[in-house]
Amino acid sequence: MGKLKVLHYINQFYAGIGGEEMADVAPELREGAMGPGLAFNSGYGDEAEITHTIVCGDSFFNERLDEAKELILDMVKSVKPDLFVAGPAFNAGRYGVACATIAYEVLSQLGIPVLTGMYEENPGVDMFRDKLYIVATRNSAAGMRDAVSKMVPLSLKLARGETIGASAEEGYHPTGVRVNFFEKERGSKRAVKMLLKKMAGKPFTTEFPMPDFDRVPPNPAVKDITKATVALVTSGGIVPKGNPDRIESSSASKYGEYDITGVMDLTAETYETAHGGYDPLYANQDADRVLPVDILREFEAQGKIGKLHNKFYTTVGNGTAVKSSKVFAEEFSRKLVNDGVDVVILTST
Amino acid sequence: MVKEVERAGIPVVHVCTVTPISMTVGANRIVPAVAIPHPLGNPALSMEEEKQIRRKILDTALKALSTEVEEQTIFEVE
Repeated sequence: MGKLKVLHYINQFYAGIGGEEMADVAPELREGAMGPGLAFNSGYGDEAEITHTIVCGDSFFNERLDEAKELILDMVKSVKPDLFVAGPAFNAGRYGVACATIAYEVLSQLGIPVLTGMYEENPGVDMFRDKLYIVATRNSAAGMRDAVSKMVPLSLKLARGETIGASAEEGYHPTGVRVNFFEKERGSKRAVKMLLKKMAGKPFTTEFPMPDFDRVPPNPAVKDITKATVALVTSGGIVPKGNPDRIESSSASKYGEYDITGVMDLTAETYETAHGGYDPLYANQDADRVLPVDILREFEAQGKIGKLHNKFYTTVGNGTAVKSSKVFAEEFSRKLVNDGVDVVILTST
Repeated sequence: MVKEVERAGIPVVHVCTVTPISMTVGANRIVPAVAIPHPLGNPALSMEEEKQIRRKILDTALKALSTEVEEQTIFEVE
């Protein structure tokens, strides 16, 4: 078998045509390799060769999608490559979307093996990760050498129809496909090895990665709580009786800010809950059970705290989008900072 | 919300009943509460007994805010 014939897709920038001002150029088929294609060709050696390159402006592709797809597919048909490689696009959004979109067209319409590469936050990854192999790259072209070194062997395997290993071995973004296999060593042995590495402070790879949660490190403790201004915040939906701002009982779209100047105790006549996700009886009888204004007034009078802030913030944490809660809290936290609040007690039901 | 308050630079204590959720959400100072519909009260008790529970929980909350923590910490109510 002779050298595999590879067709490479790149944008106007990597073709050396120009930057944003040239992003409108229409697709163009050129002979030979150019730009990053040269690095691919040296990686392919005698195994394969980029014989043609398609250059297309990123804006052209994304704004005139159907036209671009049609023009490029015609070019691919005329070249009849064994393999189609796009990018790598790193963290360039439009380029990444173009690479993944056209690679998927070539794969699904023409049945030619395809491969692209980009950074994990490139929108092209989430759009196409379950449809084709996308090699994980760094976020800038400084990672070109690394990207090419992963894309060359994986693309050859794809072109030859060989079995593709797990994402961690081959370096592509996980596709969501799980494959059962037998490990060489049994679980107990692997677990002990991992533990020994961990105890020795050496790097180890978990077999069960936890989802990625955003963490905020704790702030330093308050120096003197008896001088501190304490603010109350709740996701328990406590509002003045009648819910004047009509905070929704679930999937809240807003939060409330209410003045408690001079309020010593929350009563059934003055406050209630707007929350639809728990039995409201107890909170409606005595909202201090959720928003403890009465005791904090007591603490204020005894000098256990400096003072209770004269406003509280409230919303309904019931099916409310994390994104919304984040926006609410970003906003009222700025107000709390501006008002000189030292600490917050946040209650949840 | 607790995380955004923390991010804004204000020490915050999360008083809640389901502490595993609080851990998952990323609260750093956590004080366990009584029950979901009445985290700082207990309708089975007299008003004065309820207030006593509320005082204890809030004392613990103030203690949590006055304590340096390196990682997520649950402060049990004494």
